[in-house]
Amino acid sequence: MKKDIIIAGVGGQGILSIAAVIDLAAIKNKLFVKQAEVHGMSQRGGAVQTHLRISDQPIFSDLISKGKADLIISIEPMESLRYLEFLKPDGWVVSNINPIKNISNYPDTDKILNEINHLPYSILADADTLAKQAGSIKASNMVLLGVASEFFGIDYALLKKSITEIFGRKGEDIIQMNLRALEAGRQEALKVIDI
Amino acid sequence: MEEKILLLGAEAIAQGAIDAGISGIYAYPGTPSTEITEYVQRSKEAKKRNIHSTWSANEKTAYEAALGMAYAGKRAMVCMKHVGLNVAADAFINSAITGTNGGLIVTVADDPSMHSSQNEQDSRFYGKFAMIPVLEPSSQQEAYDAVHLGFELSEKVKLPVMLRITTRLSHSRAGIKRKNIKNQNILGFPGKRNQFILLPANARIQYQELIDKQPDLEEIAEHSVLNKSSIKNSSGLGVITFGIAYNYLMEVVSENNLYINILKIGQYPLPKKMTQSFIEKCSKVLVLEEGYPVYEELLRGFWEFSGPVRIHGRLDGTIPRTGELNPDIVRAALDIEKNEPHPGSTLVAGRPPELCQGCSHRDLYTELNEALKDVNEKHVFSDIGCYTLGALPPYDAINTCVDMGASVTMAKGAADAGLRPSVAVIGDSTFTHSGITGLLDAVNDKSAVTIIISDNATTAMTGGQDSPGFGRLYDICLGVGVEKEHLRVMEPLKKNFEMNVKVLKEEIAYEGVSVVISNRECIQTLTRKKRAQNKSEIVK
Repeated sequence: MKKDIIIAGVGGQGILSIAAVIDLAAIKNKLFVKQAEVHGMSQRGGAVQTHLRISDQPIFSDLISKGKADLIISIEPMESLRYLEFLKPDGWVVSNINPIKNISNYPDTDKILNEINHLPYSILADADTLAKQAGSIKASNMVLLGVASEFFGIDYALLKKSITEIFGRKGEDIIQMNLRALEAGRQEALKVIDI
Repeated sequence: MEEKILLLGAEAIAQGAIDAGISGIYAYPGTPSTEITEYVQRSKEAKKRNIHSTWSANEKTAYEAALGMAYAGKRAMVCMKHVGLNVAADAFINSAITGTNGGLIVTVADDPSMHSSQNEQDSRFYGKFAMIPVLEPSSQQEAYDAVHLGFELSEKVKLPVMLRITTRLSHSRAGIKRKNIKNQNILGFPGKRNQFILLPANARIQYQELIDKQPDLEEIAEHSVLNKSSIKNSSGLGVITFGIAYNYLMEVVSENNLYINILKIGQYPLPKKMTQSFIEKCSKVLVLEEGYPVYEELLRGFWEFSGPVRIHGRLDGTIPRTGELNPDIVRAALDIEKNEPHPGSTLVAGRPPELCQGCSHRDLYTELNEALKDVNEKHVFSDIGCYTLGALPPYDAINTCVDMGASVTMAKGAADAGLRPSVAVIGDSTFTHSGITGLLDAVNDKSAVTIIISDNATTAMTGGQDSPGFGRLYDICLGVGVEKEHLRVMEPLKKNFEMNVKVLKEEIAYEGVSVVISNRECIQTLTRKKRAQNKSEIVK
């Protein structure tokens, strides 16, 4: 078992929380984990990404090779396209549909969504709306984790356990809201996979 | 066995330092080294063991404090980013001459590819320069273990030891197995009266001792667990990897079942015997260094025909001359065909970092641009921090960013040359790091400069660490000798726009030293404080 995952977004969107949940679940599953993050200057509203690798064998490189990623999870649609070079031919892209337009030359959103839709394996989700329904727009990252949960081979119950642990000190309400967001995302994925 | 804990490379070093029995960690924040000290500051174990961990004013003060702790017989770690070692270089080089008493590790985090830096200088040069042992782990676990090894080595050879890491190792997480916690050393002083008194007569003796230790250091490296030679194919291709480069090679080797000779180096000085015997068994050698081609150049020799074996690497273009390594670069260097990756999307636009919405620097730059609107030669000297982003549109407000504190002194020099007005913009933490002495120069010369301290009450760029001069900048400037009537304070808010532009115009017109403290808290630290008060909110 070996999964190479790129998690992408804009600084401040919570990509590291997605990574933290998968990391913890993988460690609990006795898997090897390597997860390279971006700290420092680019965190200020810039493009951010993390390379997350999990495997039942020791992992060498902290970075994923081009053409080797099994999955791209993106909280922002254009950011999902930034890392296509890393995607395997049969890799999945899971992306939010809601853009963050903090640059003047942001491309046409429809074109972006169209390109994602035309990838061989992709799921677009309105993570912001689903997160709002779950309790807060800030949980859109957990919605996307829920969508992606069908693709990286870690038991769903373990992901839920990780969320409970990671958000534990923020109280029961926050845990439940994040779990609702996760489940809403998972249902989106199941809809697509069923078809 | 205890479960592995998932740590960043930086955090693994911090945990290693706590477990190896340090009594103090000293540092000034700098990407990618900041998280080491932050981890110790957060650690309950460190608190219980009373380990010193507050921030220092700059890397030099941090280094000297760590040296003082080692003088007193205890184990100390000092951490910095690569350019921070330039600031601490005086203390660093001379600490190799004094040697140490308690264990001393200087952890330096280099930033190849310049993710958050002005250059990609390679600290291994400094290690060679100082003639001290350097450890360069390839993985997070090795980094953890290297701290233990480093302290033992430091106390054995009585020298500071450099632990060199790079961005990728520092900012990547992996599972770590911990060792048992060691007790801290007890207070104990150098047995030799003159060891730390570097008067020329003593210094010559100490320097000779350092020279005499070199063969021992090399011999220790020959047997280090961090150095390993593996011959798979006599007279075939050999690859020499330094530090993290080993991982990128092994990624490609394991994926393609390659059968090649590998020399893994993680401890310096370079083990000569091991290296020579390795090269002799290879037909050609590829050198993989995460940083400058420091050892590739040495192995090639000055004339580049020192041996029958061809050496390849960054200097002949087999590996790109600049930037960090990755598995794709290694694959290409080994002529391994890669699978056709996706060509990528043509739609993607760049998304550079920007000043946060609500950031006080934004308002300051709007005001400053207005104040300088009618100036013919507009040159604003700036510095290292979030406010460096004022160089980008829509502000285009600054002309320089060189090194910590250079805004003040470059503005002074340009004013001396005749530039009017000569304006500097510097952050609060950068000012106390290296700006105060420059201001003293300007005051003594009565230079016609306007120094704007954009004071957001924190060291913001690295994530909001304490600002060493918090709440005392006005008094500091007054103490340095800035005239009271030209020491102005303003709050950069839209409602104060007219008033602030007027203040800036008045001080820019003054033919002497003026300081404007533009003071409003960083929006990030402010939000964090509010969030902490409102527990019902989700924290990303």
